[in-house]
Amino acid sequence: MVGILLPFAGLLAAALLWAAGAGWLGAVTPVAASFSPGPTVDALLQLLQGRDLWEHVALSLQRVAVGLVIALLLGIPLGVLTGLSPLFSRTTTPLFQFARMISPLSWMPIAVMVLGVGDAPVYFLLAFAAVWPILLNTAAGVAQLDPNWLLLARSLSATRRETLLRVILPGITAHILTGVRLAIGIIWIVLVPAEMLGVSAGLGYFILDSRDRLAYSDLMAAILVIGFLGYLLDHAARSLHRRWLHA
Amino acid sequence: MNRPLAEADVIRCAEQTPAVLEARGLSYAHAGIGTLFEGVSLAVRRREIVALLGSSGCGKSTLLRVLAGLEQPATGSVSFLGEPLASPHPRSALVFQQPSLLPWLKLADNVGFGLDFAHQPRAGREALQGRIAAAIEAVGLKGREAAYPAQLSGGMAQRAALARALAREPELLFADEPFSALDAITRAEMQDLLVDVVHRWHSAVLLVTHDIDEAILVADRILLMGGRPGHLAQEWTVDIPRPREDHPEAVTALRLSILGALRHASL
Ligand SMILES: Nc1ncnc2c1ncn2[C@@H]1O[C@H](COP(=O)(O)OP(=O)(O)OP(=O)(O)O)[C@@H](O)[C@H]1O
Ligand SMILES: [Mg+2]
Repeated sequence: MVGILLPFAGLLAAALLWAAGAGWLGAVTPVAASFSPGPTVDALLQLLQGRDLWEHVALSLQRVAVGLVIALLLGIPLGVLTGLSPLFSRTTTPLFQFARMISPLSWMPIAVMVLGVGDAPVYFLLAFAAVWPILLNTAAGVAQLDPNWLLLARSLSATRRETLLRVILPGITAHILTGVRLAIGIIWIVLVPAEMLGVSAGLGYFILDSRDRLAYSDLMAAILVIGFLGYLLDHAARSLHRRWLHA
Repeated sequence: MNRPLAEADVIRCAEQTPAVLEARGLSYAHAGIGTLFEGVSLAVRRREIVALLGSSGCGKSTLLRVLAGLEQPATGSVSFLGEPLASPHPRSALVFQQPSLLPWLKLADNVGFGLDFAHQPRAGREALQGRIAAAIEAVGLKGREAAYPAQLSGGMAQRAALARALAREPELLFADEPFSALDAITRAEMQDLLVDVVHRWHSAVLLVTHDIDEAILVADRILLMGGRPGHLAQEWTVDIPRPREDHPEAVTALRLSILGALRHASL
């Protein structure tokens, strides 16, 4: 019983700290009063009833989906190749480790220059951020395949296609799903700053727009929405992983 | 349950128990390990259970993989049902030390795994379902068809692995220390089960083991592998009537004979 209540206690404590901090800040700079929980909740309820916020959310989620799909389409084949071919792995590992450590946002100016303003550079940044955990987890999954499964496939004279589709891909799905979970976490973090340049909708845009409108309660409400959606996405990825394992 | 003999079986029965598997002058070498074994010649006749006994690391598993067509020998040749073997034969099946079931498939799908692969003999859906059901029933797992491997005990998982091999109706079953990861009681059950089902399925078995008692209780013939590089050092025909537990003197005598040979082989 206590176990169920503890997370709520944590959230409540955070809300109290938030109220206290906003109150203290409000005493110094009066405009900070609109940061506090009361106005934020009011703004949130207002926004939820309108259409604007939902459109921004829908657009952001659509970008997440597109970025993730591109990352999967690139990351899984490259990961399988890395796991299966020592030659490919030795050739590409330093490159991948190098590229992985570059914050995707550093590509932003170049992405906008090459791909133009609009959705394309955002997709690029999200996919670029998400491809590494998927690629690396896929490769790790291939490396951890039970060698007897491959022996079994060979004893059945399995074709390459059969081995790939019936043994290797299902055998690494748990690892891929782990990669997807990590990727969603990264995408969600990169999304907001990526939407702050060159697009005219989405949660990142909404944050900047609220600032320009001096609608600080809207800004705080958007932060709550971003946190809540991120939590839901992670939860969904986790339960997908659990269901696959039949544990 | 007695399966009816297929037409091909009847024709082959008419011949004089021809060898299912025949190997001549096999050697295997690999960079780094040198020559693992050489001069290995052996035959497994139809419905015969042959145990390949030898100490750890002497190359038994590698020999098994060569005989199964999964690896190429440096010299020598293998033939299966009279045909030279270039790749794994559809009428052979493997059982490993670990069950190695596919965790994302239900038990019935694990047992039927691969039967529909392109290079497997064509069979109707109904026929395959029948083979799967018969194999599951034979290993005593009826009613657990929908269970996932994570929900099976170690012994049950190894039964499922045996069923997966039986579903292929193998002419020859290759088993590499299939019971050595099981506890003593389960192992004894599985040894009895193996003999029972391969007799009913009219399959021959090549059983790799380092357990002398297992070889004596299960096999019709025992091959001792030893030396460096490895070779077949000695052979025993086991004509003790089954159940062999009822003939302790004969079992003990054979055991001592094998132990003596082992001592020589390891010199
Ligand atoms: N293709 C290969 N490449 C490298 N090493 C190999 C290869 N094949 C066999 N070996 C080595 O040869 C040795 C004997 O192998 P093998 O597994 O056939 O012996 P075994 O008798 O089955 O041993 P165990 O009783 O431990 O199962 C091992 O040390 C193994 O690492
Ligand atoms: Mg071995």
